[in-house]
Parts: sequence; structure tokens; C-alpha cells
Amino acid sequence: MSTSGLITMLVTEISVTVITCYFFFKVLFAKPKEEISTYEEDDMIDN
Amino acid sequence: MAASTSSGWGSRVGLILAMAGNAVGLGNFLRFPVQAIENGGGAFIIPYLVCFLLMGIPLLFVEWSIGRFGGRHGHHSTPFIMDAMDKRQIWKYIGVFGIFTNLAVAAYYCYLESWTLSYVWHSIADTFNGQSQGEVGSFFGNYVSLNSYEPIVFWIVCLLINTYILSRGLSGGVEKAAKIGMPLLLIFGAFLAYKAITLKAGVHGAVYDGFAGLDFLWTPKFDSIKEPKVWLAAAGQIFFTLSIGMGSIQCYASYVRSKDDIALNAMSAGWMNGFVEIVLGSAILIPIAVGYLGVDGLKELMSSGGGLGLGFKTLPYLFEQWGGILGTMAGVAWFGLLFFAGVTSSLAMGTPVMGFLKDEFGWKESNAAWMFGFTVFILGLPTVLFFNNGVFDEYDYWAGTVSLVLFALVEMILFAFIFGMKRGWREINEGADIKVPVFFKYVIQYVTPLFLLWVFVSSVPGIYDTIRHKASHEKIAFLNDVTAIRKVAGEEYVKLYQLPDFKEEYLFSMTKDEDIVKNKEMSAPTYLKVRKLRELYALEADKKLREKHIKEEEKTILYKNISRILLLSLWLGIAFLVYKASKNRSNKHQLV
Repeated sequence: MSTSGLITMLVTEISVTVITCYFFFKVLFAKPKEEISTYEEDDMIDN
Repeated sequence: MAASTSSGWGSRVGLILAMAGNAVGLGNFLRFPVQAIENGGGAFIIPYLVCFLLMGIPLLFVEWSIGRFGGRHGHHSTPFIMDAMDKRQIWKYIGVFGIFTNLAVAAYYCYLESWTLSYVWHSIADTFNGQSQGEVGSFFGNYVSLNSYEPIVFWIVCLLINTYILSRGLSGGVEKAAKIGMPLLLIFGAFLAYKAITLKAGVHGAVYDGFAGLDFLWTPKFDSIKEPKVWLAAAGQIFFTLSIGMGSIQCYASYVRSKDDIALNAMSAGWMNGFVEIVLGSAILIPIAVGYLGVDGLKELMSSGGGLGLGFKTLPYLFEQWGGILGTMAGVAWFGLLFFAGVTSSLAMGTPVMGFLKDEFGWKESNAAWMFGFTVFILGLPTVLFFNNGVFDEYDYWAGTVSLVLFALVEMILFAFIFGMKRGWREINEGADIKVPVFFKYVIQYVTPLFLLWVFVSSVPGIYDTIRHKASHEKIAFLNDVTAIRKVAGEEYVKLYQLPDFKEEYLFSMTKDEDIVKNKEMSAPTYLKVRKLRELYALEADKKLREKHIKEEEKTILYKNISRILLLSLWLGIAFLVYKASKNRSNKHQLV
């Protein structure tokens, strides 16, 4: 495999994998929010 | 407000997987690698990522926030979500595209999905064992020509699977399917990528190592970045891979609670799709195909059928070279992966339609799901019955290509200039678990609409050519010109003569077509060229055959025109329902 091809592939795939994992783990470990407002509540207010 | 609030997401991870499943489709594995090869190899990743940053991510932010905004007001489909954003009548009719596109795309996409299910079955049943490349290719040709009832049976099974999952609701159906389908897709993808990369020349009949394919795909040709067509291809790929401009993201997001994050969710789902496309999508199809066929063979196959042809006509044959259980496992993994990619996308097409029926006409979830299934069955019938007459392609072009770009462009204008960027920016940041860089505020307002406008304007000549059936008329002109046929046949003969496994006898009239199909000595590229040249010779010699082909092409034009009328009627029908729903709403308000 050519050096330029190998570098392009590795840099791209590692970057994309790291960014994907970063955002996914951020979602996994995000604190759940209290249910400040739901549709039902909004609908009740609207009505 | 006739809002339906019974549905909702069970968990945040489920939502992300469903949203990523919506985006991950067959194109991630069949379209992306072919686009990369045709547009600069590894260098394609530069315009691809720039387009993702300037068009993909902004549109994800916009569609997620439009959806959550609509959900807060009790709307789960684009006509009334857009109506809530601006009270001018026109928006709810523009929002019709968000239902129309899902129905029309589902109509042909479920058929495509059913092929993958059928090929899983044939991989298990070892149907392709001992077949030549020609026979595997012919199997696909016979399949779509409906030489048996099997395609219709698998299509109906596929529709029933989709409808049943949809009838179980968001958390009980769609979310569960995504939680099962996405991990399986990743496992199958990882298995195939490992096998493809570790392919060794001389083992299982491979001619080259798997790395030869990776080299071909990833070696950058930086000069290509200067070409506008490469940027247009990258923009197109980003557009279609993320499922933006369809109305399905807005629908999924409308079931997010009103103060929940959307910015991080959008980034997570968007990058997950990117991971599947770039990391897995580049590591399967091309390394295996190049390993067996070489770069020239792959180019030949790409020119004759693109990613779809490679995936269905060539890969089953190549998997058979792996032999026994490994070949079967590879077939099941490949078509199983495509099936899960397809089903998680088609489920997303059902939810906006169901949301509309539930919100506006008070339908129950299961009834709305069955109505969706029935409508897709009726709309999909022409794509199944007249596949070879271009109906499938016609649906794909108008609903799966033109409508998406048009709708995304108009929705960006609504969000940035009519709803207003100040409110829009507040919507994006409401409850956000990440800090969205201010840079995106200006990108959404100025860069993305211009980008979309450029994509749309660039596609106008293509739209004009499609409207007047340019390709069909050119084909008819070619069939009427024997000199042109002779000239092309001469050029093809020169190319064919250079192939090492070509034998002159393959072209003799005493060698029957069936013998050519069954010939196991011929490589896939040689088979395709021999078949093409034999057809050209037959056309040159036989006037009746030429007239038959001309009649077929005229029939194609007719069927395509009928498809257009059908799609237009669908759009008008939905617009009428929106009008009725709008009347119902105003009557209810008057009563209150």
C-alpha cells in the first residue's frame, strides 16, 4: 500500500472513530435531565 | 390541539441508535466507496468532511430543532411543524414534501430491502454454490425480471416486518429494532471488514491482497479537489447519507422532550453514520472486489452497474470462492448487514406518515402503521412489476433525489430567515449538553443555504434532461444507427482482445448465450464485455431485434411518464389531506 494512501486512511479512520466515540460516550454519561417540561404539560398549558 | 402524546422514546441511547439507523442505509456500503474511487480516492475525504461540516451538521442541527419545536406544539409531521413556525398558508403545503418523500421513497426502498432479505435466504440455502459469475449475475437479472413469485413474496414479507415493527410504536418497535439492528450491523460489518483486509493473494482464489483495494480507494489524487464535480459529488453524498431533507429526522426529534438536548444527539447520530460509512463502508466492497478482480476488473464492473451491481451480482460469487461455511457466513453477514441498514431507514420513513395520521385524524398507532404499509404496497407495486422499465429509478430520482434537495433548501430559508436565526439559535442551544460553536450560527444563516442553492442549481440541467427523457431518446437514436452500433462494437472488440482470459470462440455465433453464462473460466469483467459485444453484434445483424429494443425503450418512456403522474397525484393527495386537517383544526378552534 502506498505511504500517502496509508497515511490518509489511518488519519481519517482514527479521527472519525475517536470523534464518534467521544460524542457517543458523552451521550452515554450525560446526566439525565429532570422532566421540566413535556408535551403533556405544554399541551395542558396551551389548553 | 389534536396532539398525540402516547408515543415517545424509551431511552436516549435508543433515540441515537434509531436516528443513526435512519441515516445508515445501503448507500453507506454501496454508494460511498464507489463515489470515493470516482472522485479522487483518499482526497475525496477532504470535500466530504468540508461538506459534512458546512452542510451536514448545520442541517442536522436545524432539522432536530425544527422537530423538537414542532413536538412541543403537538406536531409530529412537517406540514404542521412548519405551519407552527410561520403562519403563512404556504408552509404547510411545502411541508407536504416531508410526508410525500417518505412514502414515495419507502415504496421503492422496501423492494430494495427485500432483495437483501432474499439474498440472506439464498446464502443460507447455498444457492450460489458452484455457479459461474455469469450465472450469479443472471440470477439477479431473473430476480428483478420477476421470473418467479419469489421477489413478490420477499417484498410482502419485508413490508409486513416494517409494518409490524411500526405498529409496536416508537419505544416498543422502532427503538427495539434499532437496538438490535445497529449492533448486529456493526458486528457483521467488522467481521466482513476483517476478512476483506486480511484477504491474501493465492488463498481462496484471490488474485491480490485485500490491501490492494484499500490502496486503490485511499491513495489520494489531490488534483481532483480543484474540480467542481468532485465537490458536488461530496455534497450529494453527505446529503443522501444523512437522510436530510426527508422529514424523518424532524419526526423522530418531535418525540424528544421539550427541554432535552438535541445538539449532542445530532452530533452523535451524525458521526455514527460517518463512522459506518468511512470506516466500515470503505473496508468491505472494494478490498474484496479488487482482491478477486483487480483494479481494471473493478472499474469495468463499476461502469456497468455501480455499487448495486457489485453488491448483488459480484459479491455473492466472490463469497462462494471462500468456500463452505465461511462463504455462507460472509453472504449472511453482507446481506444481513444491508438488510439491517435498510430496515432501520425504512422504519424512519413510516413515522412521519403515522405521526400525521395520529395528530390530525386521531388514528391509533397500529391503524396508522397498517395504513402506511398498505399505501407503500400500492405505491410500490409499479416499482416491483415494472422495475426493468425504469419505474424504480424514476421514483428514486424525483422522490429520493430532487425532492430532498428542494425541501432542505426551502426549510433552511424558513429556519434562518423567516423563523429567524435569533429564535433558531436559541432552539438549537436549548437544553444542549454541548456548547455549539457560534461559527455554526453564521454557517446556518449564510453558508448552508448557499451550498444547497449551488447543489440545486447544479442539478437543474440534469432535471431538464430527465424531464425530456434524454437518455432514452439517445438510446433510440443509437439503435436506429447501424453505423454507430458497428463503431461501438469495434471499440469494444479492441478492449476485449486485451483481456488475458478472452478467447475468440466466445464471440462465435455457434457458442450459445447459455454457454457463455455457464462458463466458469471467464472472469467477471471478461464475461460482461463478451456479453455486451455479443449483444452489439446481434443488434447490428438483426433489424427485428433493434425494433424490439426501440419498442422497449418507448415503453420505458411511457411507464416513466405514468410514474410521474402517480407521484404528482400522491403529492396532491397528501396536500388535500393537509387542507382537510387544516379545516378540522380551524373548526375545532371555532368550537372552543
